[in-house]
Amino acid sequence: MALFLRSTKLAARLTQGPTKCFSRNYADQMNFTFAAANQIFYANKNIKQVDVPSFSGSFGILPNHVPTLAVLRPGVVTVYEDEGKSKKIFVSSGTITVNEDSSVQVLAEEAHPVEDIDGSAARQVLQEAQSQLATASGDVAKAEAAIAVEVAEALVLAAGN
Amino acid sequence: MMMISKPTTMVVCLKGAAAGQQQNRNMATLKQISMRLKSVTNIQKITQSMKMVSAAKYARAERELRQARPYGEGVKAFYEKSGATEAVDGGDNNKLIVAITSDRGLCGAVHTNVAKTIRNELGAEAVESPQSKVFCVGDKSRALLQRLYAQNIAVVANEVGRKPPTFLDASKVANELIQLDFNSGKIVYNRFKTVVSYQTEEVPLLSAKTMLAAPKLQLYDSIDQGVMESYQEFTVAALLYYTMKESACSEQSSRMTAMDNASKNAAEMIGKLTLTFNRTRQAVITRELIEIISGAAALE
Repeated sequence: MALFLRSTKLAARLTQGPTKCFSRNYADQMNFTFAAANQIFYANKNIKQVDVPSFSGSFGILPNHVPTLAVLRPGVVTVYEDEGKSKKIFVSSGTITVNEDSSVQVLAEEAHPVEDIDGSAARQVLQEAQSQLATASGDVAKAEAAIAVEVAEALVLAAGN
Repeated sequence: MMMISKPTTMVVCLKGAAAGQQQNRNMATLKQISMRLKSVTNIQKITQSMKMVSAAKYARAERELRQARPYGEGVKAFYEKSGATEAVDGGDNNKLIVAITSDRGLCGAVHTNVAKTIRNELGAEAVESPQSKVFCVGDKSRALLQRLYAQNIAVVANEVGRKPPTFLDASKVANELIQLDFNSGKIVYNRFKTVVSYQTEEVPLLSAKTMLAAPKLQLYDSIDQGVMESYQEFTVAALLYYTMKESACSEQSSRMTAMDNASKNAAEMIGKLTLTFNRTRQAVITRELIEIISGAAALE
């Protein structure tokens, strides 16, 4: 009898467990903000998932992601919306913030949808950046040129997809 | 004796034109009134066109601000949620205050309010810590703070306000700002509310060190010095961009109302002056008629 009681208690606790966990991190909500200096893409919207490129590696963010801070690398941010659609947006640089209340802020210096990128223009930018890197003198100018090349490479890659 | 008379007649015709026109009805005042009338009309034309220009600029600034608002909210979200701003009150004396103004005046009390906030701050803490530095964005804040707190001004950014602020401007300012060594700081700016109202507010500015000392930072995953530094640098630029946009919008809206008021005042002055001018002219004509008639009557 005692054993039976204990097992029902255990079962009760087990069923309680996950619901408790859910109520703490209010369900599958993800308060997503994606803004750039030139345009706003999402403002406090609820989405399924977002994949971001960062200097510590690309990663995907789902609701209830562990809080983190990261720095954006030039590349493509993929947003999976609630209705199953996905949107690809190129970003140049910026920051990613995941807070403990499951709100996510992706702030970019400049961002454009991938379909707006002109592939040939991107390649031209890359060529210019490479020639600038070759002729750059001084540490600061070299670093600036290297960043330009990095962004241009990411642009070409994004345009190719 | 001759020297004294000149300014007194000037003052009489300018100030007493409406009230005491009985005393000085002669050709000289008539000319002076018409000159003054012309100058006020010209001023009204200028203020009216300045109002039109700032209305167009305001419309653009407001549109851009609507884009920048979520951006600023996004930056501030981490500050609030990590509790980093609470850690600032530790009372260190290496403070930095950024004044967001512009080079242009004639826009109400926008710049004065920013300068006043900073002046109060500096005045209150001057005894304990005179090391607080001020970063002036825009010439106006420099002009307003220079007289009393010239030694506090560290950097001045010029050429602000002619064109709408861009992210490039903000990153230039941020670049200078990061090179200044500071523990904590704040940005003083005017937050745009409606066309006729704005509020002088401040946002905290955190160094990488204070950010790492945030009470809730242990919750955050995979943070190292390098990430934090880059994160802080970008955050500063983004915050500056947001505050510059807010400030530009309040400035244009404030200039619009200021110029509107100036045009209204000028219109009122023109009305009064025209009335005085006509009365004086009529008085001169009447006087001349009386002289002719009485002269003719004397001859008979």
